[in-house]
Parts: sequence; structure tokens; C-alpha cells
Amino acid sequence: MKKILFHITTFTVVLLSLFPFLWFVNTSLKTPMEITAIPPVLIPSGTLNSYQSAIETYNLLHFVKNSFIVAGITTIITILISIITGYALSRLRIKYKGLIMGSLLVVSMFPQISIAGPVWRILQTLGWLNSYKGLIIPYVTLTLPLGVWILASFFKDLPPDLEASARIDGCSHFQTLFRIVVPLAAPGVFTAAILVFIYAWNEFFFALLIMTQQDYQTLPVGIALFQGQYRMPWGEIAAASTVSTVPLVLMVFIFQKRIISGLTAGAIKG
Amino acid sequence: MAEISFEHIKKNFGSEQVILDLNIEIKDGEFFTFVGPSGCGKSTILNMIAGLEEITEGTIKFDRRAVNELSPKERDVAMVFQSYALYPHMTVYGNLAFPLIIKKTKKEVIDSEVKRISFLLGLGELLKKKPRELSGGQRQRIALGRAIIRQPRVFLMDEPLSNLDARLRVKMRTELKRLHNELKITTIYVTHDQAEAMSMSDRIAVLSDGRIQQCGTPREIYLTPKNTMVAGFIGSPPMNFIPAVLKNRNPVEVDCNGLIILPLTDNPPENKNLILGIRPEDITVSSHKTEGGFEAVVSIIESAGPFNWIDIKWGNTLIKGVADIDETLMPEDKCFIQFSQDKVLLFDRDTLRRTE
Repeated sequence: MKKILFHITTFTVVLLSLFPFLWFVNTSLKTPMEITAIPPVLIPSGTLNSYQSAIETYNLLHFVKNSFIVAGITTIITILISIITGYALSRLRIKYKGLIMGSLLVVSMFPQISIAGPVWRILQTLGWLNSYKGLIIPYVTLTLPLGVWILASFFKDLPPDLEASARIDGCSHFQTLFRIVVPLAAPGVFTAAILVFIYAWNEFFFALLIMTQQDYQTLPVGIALFQGQYRMPWGEIAAASTVSTVPLVLMVFIFQKRIISGLTAGAIKG
Repeated sequence: MAEISFEHIKKNFGSEQVILDLNIEIKDGEFFTFVGPSGCGKSTILNMIAGLEEITEGTIKFDRRAVNELSPKERDVAMVFQSYALYPHMTVYGNLAFPLIIKKTKKEVIDSEVKRISFLLGLGELLKKKPRELSGGQRQRIALGRAIIRQPRVFLMDEPLSNLDARLRVKMRTELKRLHNELKITTIYVTHDQAEAMSMSDRIAVLSDGRIQQCGTPREIYLTPKNTMVAGFIGSPPMNFIPAVLKNRNPVEVDCNGLIILPLTDNPPENKNLILGIRPEDITVSSHKTEGGFEAVVSIIESAGPFNWIDIKWGNTLIKGVADIDETLMPEDKCFIQFSQDKVLLFDRDTLRRTE
């Protein structure tokens, strides 16, 4: 009985969270007639016209490229800095460690709107509006607390003897970090990387604010600005949304295999 | 290989003083052990030698050259940890080869060295396995191999045997001693197990409260402990301590629970209030009256195989002695005990130092 209840609950939760996704995948496969039909058509005719049109008319792939550049570089920079910062915070005997970690957390809690103005001013002064770096730098700032927190807690759980051993075996601090600590904290690194990538990939507000020219707009902004003067291209929007979700789903599936828990088993007696 | 000297070494963690003024010379090729209760600072000493921990004050020298400012890499030491600290993401081969890879040794040399070491320690079949697939004893040997492969100037061992089961531990003691005899590399060993220290070391330093209480060969430390701490820590079961009073100075006579004892000493102690120390193995317990024996009551009997340890109530004090395996003693029985008077040690009750 308990089991049945468990399955019903799980199924309901999964269905509810997947419903919007399923709906726009469904919509993307409909013809314009079907989309606006009342009552709604449940089984689409399966046309790929919306995709074709999104790519040809609305320049979908251009936005995908921009998103990959921005999210990819953001992830790389954030993770690199997070690794170094997180390691320092987890291992060094420094004063006010709690305060540093706390302020990092506070920074990530500011509502975006409260920092939007200053960020825009700074970027304008630097002439970085409408450039990749103009979006990447704020993203790095915003995702760093997350990265540092995840990695610091992963590093803290590693047995310190391993690092001592590496140091004695002749490693410099950097060699210890990148040959021993990071491989062992791989699950943490991947988790942090995925979360940062998803954030940068999905972020809309700053992207809208900073990227006013189509040349540099990312996918969320691109999709939002699909609407033409005379009509709302629902099919194309649904198609583009599907396309924008696929990389994330793929990434999670690929990296899930690498997030092997218990990787550290066997390092020390236990 | 190197000789190591500590000159006025001090170590503080914040305001807490862990090591107070350590002065010691460890000879080239020596097997030297720091032994002491947990928290006495012995691992800290090892970490300072390795360069993992900064030295608050004083100088550590390798072959008369100060190494305070050198990184672990430049000191060229190898260390075996209690936890083994094998790299879990590497195979046994990778673990053994790691120190050489970091040194940028040629691949052929690494190959032949790994082969040599795995032969020496009997690891041949395990090279492709990951540490988590191995037993405690195997991991421990790999940790040892990783230390040996570099041919370092100094071996540091931080309680390397304490995670092994009792039987394996005794076997590895012999193994370590054999390796040391073969390689002749200066070895500094840390343990809280006095039996381990006694059985393997050329010299021992007994450490307590951040100070060296005594340093010497196992024999010296066992037979002539400097104070009650060393006397009580070395030897198992620990030495009996019985309050005693000086009765006569020439010849020296000591009253211990009404029993007059004549210790073998010409120098009468200055303080009249003493502690008499005698090891359990120097007290013989028997069920029938013996010459010079005095009466007591049996409390607990523990079998040790070839003989029995007997806890005895003697007046107000509880002491431990040995009885022949053929003695038929039961708890609460009357018994007779006899001291080997030449083994009696006297300690000053105020300073806790042994009186000479």
C-alpha cells in the first residue's frame, strides 16, 4: 500500500513539473492552425515547420551560439576561480573565514534589480555593453558564491592526509590542488559546473539589459523578442524553447555518470 | 640519508603551546621513536620535520643545514600516514609511481623502480587495482612502498601500524625493522604504543605535555626511567606506585606499607616522602608462605598464558604482580608477595623524579 502511494505521489510530482515542458514540445510540433484551435488539439500533426522557420526566419542558431559562448566561458571562469577560492577557504587557517563565507552568501541574495543600475553604469563606462565580456563578468560575479560554497564544502570533506602526502611526494600547492584535490572532488566540480551553466544559460534579466543588439543576444532574450509586429509566433517560440532545453538535459545526463559518489572510498581506512 | 637535529624547537597553535623547547639529535641511519600519550604533540613534531607545519621558534637541521624555510619537496622526506593516504583515483601502480612522476623521472626508470618495490613488498599482483579493492594490510604496504621508492633522506612514520589488526601489527613490526636494516635510512617513528616503540627503536624519546621526559635506548628507558610519567608509560602492565617514607639514610631504608625495603642505592634521597615504583613482573605472588614474603589478599586474576597477572590488595594499596601458572589462587584468597628488592625504584613524591 505504502509502495503504491509512493509511486502515485512520484508520478504526480514528475508529471506536474514536466507538464510545461511537455506542453511546449507538443506545441512546437503543431501547425499554426492547430496551435490556435479551440478546443486544443492534443495530438500534434508532427510538423517540423516551426523549427525550420525558427532557424531560418528568426535566426535561432545565432542565439544558440551566443548562449553557448556566454554560458560556456562563464562556467569555465567561475569554476576555476571557485576551485582556488574554495580550496583556500576550506584549508587555510585564516581569520574571519565565517565572515567571508557569509558575505559571499549575502552577495548572492541581493535582488537582481537592486544591482542592475550600478552594473549597467559600470559596463557603460567601460564600453562593455553589447559585448560577450559585458555579460560574462556579471554572470561570473553572480555565480561565484554558489561555486565557492559547493566546492569549499566538497574540499572540506576530503581527508587532509591526502594533501599532506601529495606535498611530501613533491607536489607544489597547485599540483596538489589539480592532481589530487580536484580529481577527488570531481562530483562537486561537475555539480557546480552544471548549476553555473544552467544559471548562465537561462538568465534573462541581465541579458536583456546588457545586450540590446541582436548580434550578442542570448537565447532567452532572443526568444522573448521573437514576437513580430503583427503576430505572436507561438510555434517558433515553442520550437526555440525546446532547442534551448535540450543541451541542459543532455548535460545532466552525460555528467550524471561522472558524479559517482564514494569516489574517495579506499583512500583512508574506513 | 641524514642526521637531524632540533635546536630549541617551540610550536604554538594560537595561544596554545604544543611543543616547549625540544632539543634532540637524531643520528644518521637511526631508528628513532617519539612515544607518548595522544595529544602530546608527537605528530606535530613529525609535521614540522616534513615541512607541513611551520616552526614557531628554533631550528631544525638536516646534516647541519637549517631546513626551516624549505618546502616539503626540497626537504626530500617521505612519510607514511596512519590513514595510509593512498590516492583513491589512482591504481596501485599510479600510487607507487606518483613521487617519481612529480620528479619528472623517465618512464623506463619509473617502470623498473615500481617493479623493484613491488617485488620487495610482494605487491606484484595488485599493481592494476585501485586502493579501495585492497585490504588494510595491502594498503599499508603500498603506503610503505610509495615512501621507499623515492629513496628519501628521512622516513617519517606517523602511527603506521595502528589501523592494522593485532596479528598483522606484530608481523609488520618485524617487517619494518627488516626494511630499516636493509635500507639504513634515518627513520623517525611516532606511536602511542610503547610496546611498538620498545621493539623497533634504536632510541626512544618519551614525550608528554610538550616536553621530552626522557630520551634513550629502550633498555635505559625501561630500567632507569627518569620520572613517574616515563616509568608508568613504558612497560605493560604499568609499574606499581606505592607511597613510601624514608626511614634511615645509611644504609637507605624505606618504609612501604609497614614493610622495610633496602633499595640498592648509596645516595639517600633528600625528600623523606617518596613513591616506590616496582614493575608487576618483579612482584611474585604465591599461595604459601615464602622467605621474606608478606601477606596480602588476591583481588583479580588475569591469565597471560605462561603465567598469571594477579591484582592484590595490600593494606590500602592495589598492586599487580605475577604468579606461576601452577599456583592455585582464587579471588579473596590469602596470598604471599615478594619484591625483587634490587628492582625497586624510588621517586621523590614532590618532584616525581627518580632519586639517584
